Amino acid sequence: MPGKLKAKIVAGRHLPVMDRASDLTDAFVEVKFGNTTFKTDVCPKSLNPQWNSEWFKFEVDDEDLQDEPLQITVLDHDTYSANDAIGKVYIDIDPLLCSEAASVISGWFPIYDTIHGIRGEINVLVKVELFNDLNRFRQSSCGVKFFCTTSIPRCYRVAMVHGFVEELVVNEDPEYQWIDRIRTPRASNEARQRLISLMSGELQRKIGLKVLEMGGNAVVGYLQCFDLEGESGLVVRAIGTACTLDKLSSGSAPNTTTHVHPNTAPASNACNSPSKDGKEPVFGEDVLSFSGPPTPFRALPTSSSSPPPFSPSKPCSRQSSSSDTDLSLTPKTGMGSGGSAGKEAGPLKTLLRQQTQTALEQREFPFFTLTSFPLGFLVHVGGVVSARSVKLLDRIHNPDEPETRDAWWEEIRQEIKSHAKALGCHAVVGYSESTSICEEVCILSASGTASILNPRYMREGCLDIGNTDHRFEEPSPPSCGFCHIPYDELNMPFPAQLTYCHHCRRQKVPDVLFTTIDMPSEAAVSGKGCLIQARLCRLKKKAQGEVNATVISNLLPFMEYELHTQLMNKLKLRNMNALFGLQIQISVGENMLLGLASATGVYLTALPAPGGIQIAGKTPIDLSNEHHILTIQKRINDTIAKNRELYQINPPELTEEVVGSPIPEPRQRSRLFRSHSESSDELSELDLSHGKKDAFVLEIDDTDAVEDIHSLLTDAPPPSGFYSCNTEIMPGIYNWTSAVQMFTSVRVFRLSNVNLTNQGLNKIFTDLCENLLKSFYFKLRSMIPCCLCHLNFTVAVPEDELIQVAVTAVAMTFDKDQTQERTADKPVTKGCSETEEQLQFPLELFADSSSTNTQTSSKISGVPESTGVSPRASSLDRCSPLPEGRSRSLRSNRSFGGGSVTVVKMTPLSFLPGTRIIKYLGIINMFFIRETTSLREEGGVSGFLHSFIAEVFAMVRAHVAALGGNAVVSYSMKECMLMENPHKNQAQCLINVSGDAVICVLETDQEPMSSTTSIGQTCTSGAT
Amino acid sequence: MAMELDVFVGNTTIMDEEVYQLWLDGYTVNDAVKVRMEGGVLEECEASADVLLSDTMDQYRTFQMCERLLHSPAKLANQLLFQIPPHRQAVLIERYYTFDDAFVREVLGKKLSKGTKKDLDDISAKTAVTLKSCRRQFDNFKRVFKVVEELKGPLVENIRQHFLLSDKLARDYAAIVFFANNRFETGKRKLQYITFQDFAFCAGQLINNWTVGAVDNMVEDMDVDLDKEFLQELKELKVLITDKDLLDQHKSLVCTALRGKTKAFNEMEANFKNLSRGLVNIAAKLTNTKDVRDFFIDLVEKFIEPCRSDRWTAADMRLYLTHYTNSAHILDTFK
Repeated sequence: MPGKLKAKIVAGRHLPVMDRASDLTDAFVEVKFGNTTFKTDVCPKSLNPQWNSEWFKFEVDDEDLQDEPLQITVLDHDTYSANDAIGKVYIDIDPLLCSEAASVISGWFPIYDTIHGIRGEINVLVKVELFNDLNRFRQSSCGVKFFCTTSIPRCYRVAMVHGFVEELVVNEDPEYQWIDRIRTPRASNEARQRLISLMSGELQRKIGLKVLEMGGNAVVGYLQCFDLEGESGLVVRAIGTACTLDKLSSGSAPNTTTHVHPNTAPASNACNSPSKDGKEPVFGEDVLSFSGPPTPFRALPTSSSSPPPFSPSKPCSRQSSSSDTDLSLTPKTGMGSGGSAGKEAGPLKTLLRQQTQTALEQREFPFFTLTSFPLGFLVHVGGVVSARSVKLLDRIHNPDEPETRDAWWEEIRQEIKSHAKALGCHAVVGYSESTSICEEVCILSASGTASILNPRYMREGCLDIGNTDHRFEEPSPPSCGFCHIPYDELNMPFPAQLTYCHHCRRQKVPDVLFTTIDMPSEAAVSGKGCLIQARLCRLKKKAQGEVNATVISNLLPFMEYELHTQLMNKLKLRNMNALFGLQIQISVGENMLLGLASATGVYLTALPAPGGIQIAGKTPIDLSNEHHILTIQKRINDTIAKNRELYQINPPELTEEVVGSPIPEPRQRSRLFRSHSESSDELSELDLSHGKKDAFVLEIDDTDAVEDIHSLLTDAPPPSGFYSCNTEIMPGIYNWTSAVQMFTSVRVFRLSNVNLTNQGLNKIFTDLCENLLKSFYFKLRSMIPCCLCHLNFTVAVPEDELIQVAVTAVAMTFDKDQTQERTADKPVTKGCSETEEQLQFPLELFADSSSTNTQTSSKISGVPESTGVSPRASSLDRCSPLPEGRSRSLRSNRSFGGGSVTVVKMTPLSFLPGTRIIKYLGIINMFFIRETTSLREEGGVSGFLHSFIAEVFAMVRAHVAALGGNAVVSYSMKECMLMENPHKNQAQCLINVSGDAVICVLETDQEPMSSTTSIGQTCTSGAT
Repeated sequence: MAMELDVFVGNTTIMDEEVYQLWLDGYTVNDAVKVRMEGGVLEECEASADVLLSDTMDQYRTFQMCERLLHSPAKLANQLLFQIPPHRQAVLIERYYTFDDAFVREVLGKKLSKGTKKDLDDISAKTAVTLKSCRRQFDNFKRVFKVVEELKGPLVENIRQHFLLSDKLARDYAAIVFFANNRFETGKRKLQYITFQDFAFCAGQLINNWTVGAVDNMVEDMDVDLDKEFLQELKELKVLITDKDLLDQHKSLVCTALRGKTKAFNEMEANFKNLSRGLVNIAAKLTNTKDVRDFFIDLVEKFIEPCRSDRWTAADMRLYLTHYTNSAHILDTFK
């Protein structure tokens, strides 16, 4: 009996009227954990009941503590008939099991009902007493910390990175059980919510066990997903990176990325000149001495061609695999974006392998879900590797042995691993997995960035902590090291044009670099980055079963290829040469496939300047056509020039000729692409005409091609004052001010036209995404200058003729003038450590910029002056709510006895600008279902979803506040599944969100930023 | 593009004050979009009409969801659904309870009942305030009335606390409640020139001097009901006009004090008896509810109009009334 859980029900407020006769409610509360239930007394005739219950005590195994949520049900007492449920609160008590996280859960929780939404609030106190040594109980893994954040959490230092952990659990979906026919929708929804809560608890516990086995104490980059497979069941799966983290004392520097790194000298030298450094033979010698026989890059035995019979029980279950590999029929134009390579890159890699054997290769999957790393951890980046596979779902027969699903993922991971090897890399970073399900077809996808890591982090006792401060005295920072190719130039996995690094001139770099990770903070960039999206729709015929799966898997490679082409063209159009945070999502519907690739483009100064795009007509050229081509060419050139201006791309001039030329002469080019490699010289000139260097040639040979080019040019740049990216930080912006506005937006478009072509669909889809972005810019105009960060698009085809796009992102303000000054002074910037020195300056400017904000946002006369709205206040939650908050809450105290509500900031990023995270309180992982049978009355689907999303936010904030936190970082909405039936006046929606609850303080402050406003519990004494 | 669904939800609830005002003014979404387009937001932000429509719809939805909370503003401060900075909450509430002078003038003194609510479309047509906005304003009056009806303590303070309004707005609402409770007639043609603010001033004076609350501040309805005893005592003033001696004595005292201080002296002297009779008669009748309702119309007819036809200035009026009151105090009867 290793744990005692204690709960106390204090009070309720704003309860709904349950008794029409008296307009009041006789409320009582049931508190349930596992199979034990306690009840409070009935508090008669009150909408603001005070229960002040005793402590309800549950004595339970810590295994149960990890799996089960505390379930609180508020009911209306009825003498004659059954008691009516008002709503429920599920409290995940996991944060209490970790000594470093929260010690008590206390606060107001929204009472949630799956049919009616939030119905009042309840004040609850929860504590846990753990008795025994936790590690003796092997079934539980209390004490392992979980983080959604995909970097080393601030206020921790990493002692060791153990590697990939994964787990999945399956169950039957209660919605599809026989009993669902006789129970109410409410009961069914609650069964589902509870089951998923249980399953994610179990999953987390099992992952925790694996971490303990590996000797770690934390999981970073924890990514948990649900697959609602319908009839065939419910899968909850998670991946993460096991680490050993040490807590930094609160007084020390908060920024772990600059604080913690390995024995510095060898690592950094290795980045710049691996060949010279004897101390780091692992990478150096390998790269030099590689001269093995070239492996033909098109020899690609992939798992797709020979499906192993892994599911004998269902022989018809067809599976096929698609990945970038398949694209090799149309060779890549020289960047590491595909794992298109043979299984074995070269025999001499064995040297490397021997060296890092202990560190990496022994691991089954050397994968890391992290997207940003401590300095020196990431040595080289190869390129994006991805794998997809189409599966037919069948019923999960035995929930205890989820072997089929495990095998599927295993297979995909193997493929990823082999792709990485082909790129000469021993690890995959920025790794993630996803699925898209339509009826019985499921596309499993995995992607990551092949790379070479510094093995020191993976060996025990290799960290030299004392040696940390000399980092920046190094003569040449590793601002280009990660760009250097990890593979052998004579034996390239795909045709690429290599040049010598424009930074150090010693190593070869590719002409473009695609990655799924965040841009390393030490990378040298020119100008700003921007969001680049490739969007694609493909119609497919409706089909069933195996035929359907075949059709889909045949379409996938073409989609990937086209997405890739689009990305590449758009990158060139913006005069950039690298993509970070690349996510390619392919969603399947009954009659179409949607593909959306998002990434943040930047100009890396280490890489060669991108060539332009050249338009070529069909040969022989007729005259009327030629004119047309010329105009298009002009438009493209103009756009490129404009973009260069817009993103302030001014690569540093190179004074000397760069040695070396693109190494492999471009061989067989595709129909669409042709590379002029006229080449390699004249890099010193800044304003090269685009045709001169290795420009892409877009051949216009049919109307489709014309359309494609037009669609290229339709992407509108963000209005002035706005920037956008899908990564953690925006390259080129370093001086954030503290205003943040996180938002979620969902749009569903109904395709009305039955005879749609691929082109028409593409246009619709592109417009949908573009209009969404435009909407954001408009709505957030009062925050200018501002950047939309971590723009995360998810697309789905919920029904036959519907396209759904959901976006979560955060808008952050920054100080414009300072940026310009800094970029002008030194285009190569390193992190954001210098803001403090310049604090005086931006403050003055701030007043100016905010007064213009006031003009734009509040134009109405008759604003009472007495409310004391300072000019700064007009821009969202820029100012802290303290000064006005006090007077307000005093008043409301008198009438209602409640305090004002703690302000909880939310962000999809791992940090909040201007603040320092002093404590991680635990992971937030919540799953909600909302259903309505009065859709019209709730304002249609929009009204329904609007209030549901607002409710989800409210519940997340309430849980964080109850843990004592004031912010959620790394917030994400993993799932938003909406099903509607307007004719029946019904709709149902499922939302899954996650994030890390934290306490953060203003950078200048020691106290939590909103401590004074958080008086959520005072009501008990204050109420009359 | 026609969207099946289109929502935008911010962690901090985003509210554009301009759109809020349009919503409060009862504009439909389409009309609001038109107004905004004319206002030039589009050029400012390089947006299209689609964007504006989507934004307006979103905001309208948000306001509709908030409306329930605005009905009991204290809830807005400790609800969890919307994260709204306190200063913004204050603006939302204040604006929601702000009313149009044209509208309130039509409703002032009427019973806040379903019957009156049915007439709102006429009022809307007459005042050019949209019906939707009329309904909101009317419901606000009614809601405030219902809440303070059952409360003890000073009226203005109760309104301020329960509805978190500014002092000015709370006073205006106190006037509305006071008028509605006493059903003062304000709609007659002769009263049309009197603004709401004029009435609100009178209400303030009446509340401070004539209600139960003026003498005892811990009874129910203390500020909304006139003090019956006081009204009864007013009857005793009749002696001022019935007793011939007293009337003359009063007149000579007033005239002595006024002589040489005003150009309208002759008219004052000539009309003294009529005016005094008018005032005292009004005061003496106030025990009848019916006459209370006609209080303002009587004042205008019996006192203000005669004075106005004699071209008194406001200063003359003040002077006359001051001395009229002071002189009465000197009379033996009232000592």
